[in-house]
Amino acid sequence: MQVFAFYVLTILTLASALVVVTHRNPVVSAVALAFNLVSIAGFYILLGAQFIGLLQVIVYAGAIMVLILFVIMLLNLSEEVQPHPAGTFQRVLAPAATLVFAIVLGRALWRGAPSSFPPAAEGFGTAAVLGRELFTRYYYPFEVISLLLVVAMVGAVLLAKRKLT
Amino acid sequence: MIDPRLVLVLSGVLFALGAAGVLLRRGAISILMCVELMLNAANLAFITFSRLRGGPEAQIYVFFVMTLAAAEAAAGLAIVIALFRLRGTTDVDEISLLKW
Repeated sequence: MQVFAFYVLTILTLASALVVVTHRNPVVSAVALAFNLVSIAGFYILLGAQFIGLLQVIVYAGAIMVLILFVIMLLNLSEEVQPHPAGTFQRVLAPAATLVFAIVLGRALWRGAPSSFPPAAEGFGTAAVLGRELFTRYYYPFEVISLLLVVAMVGAVLLAKRKLT
Repeated sequence: MIDPRLVLVLSGVLFALGAAGVLLRRGAISILMCVELMLNAANLAFITFSRLRGGPEAQIYVFFVMTLAAAEAAAGLAIVIALFRLRGTTDVDEISLLKW
């Protein structure tokens, strides 16, 4: 059952990632990306990290994807005003470089990891365990990251607002 | 039971696909989406390592990466909007003022 779910999720993830990378219309790319993010959330839940899986659906597939789709709609990017496609040189070299990169990375990861998971620890991936960790050991990083969010928010408003004349 | 090596290889392949998108796509928003793809590949590897080790640390890192991705998306998309107002395009080949 778990193995079956793993293979289905793998196919979904790879197919939607390919659509994100290759499709010309950014709206289709964005929807495929949302699909990809949800299937990765499936992996998280399959691996026992329920809290992170739910966060992935809410924050990534929800908030961030709405933001991206909103900007695509705002700029009204249809296929006619599409940026011109990459040159031939790029079209040959980029996939070749990617293939080599994927093989090197995949091989390194394959050789560095054991072949089976140890049994999950008590409370692995639950909100209770992560919350306790976040507000004790990782308290200061947590505060700094909230500061970063404020900075990003102010920066986004400043950058995107219309210049007053 | 699932083989952790397969999950790790999948995350490597996803990362490479995202990198290919950054190299191939010319639209600024498409490039941002491919960066999100790469961040997610790294997150998947983090969760696998967390499960292998049994501790919550890597999941905390994934939490931070998600927050960073949200900040990156907000700031990046604001820059894209500002560029679109200035140039009327999001084609990164047209925006080559700093290129020599």
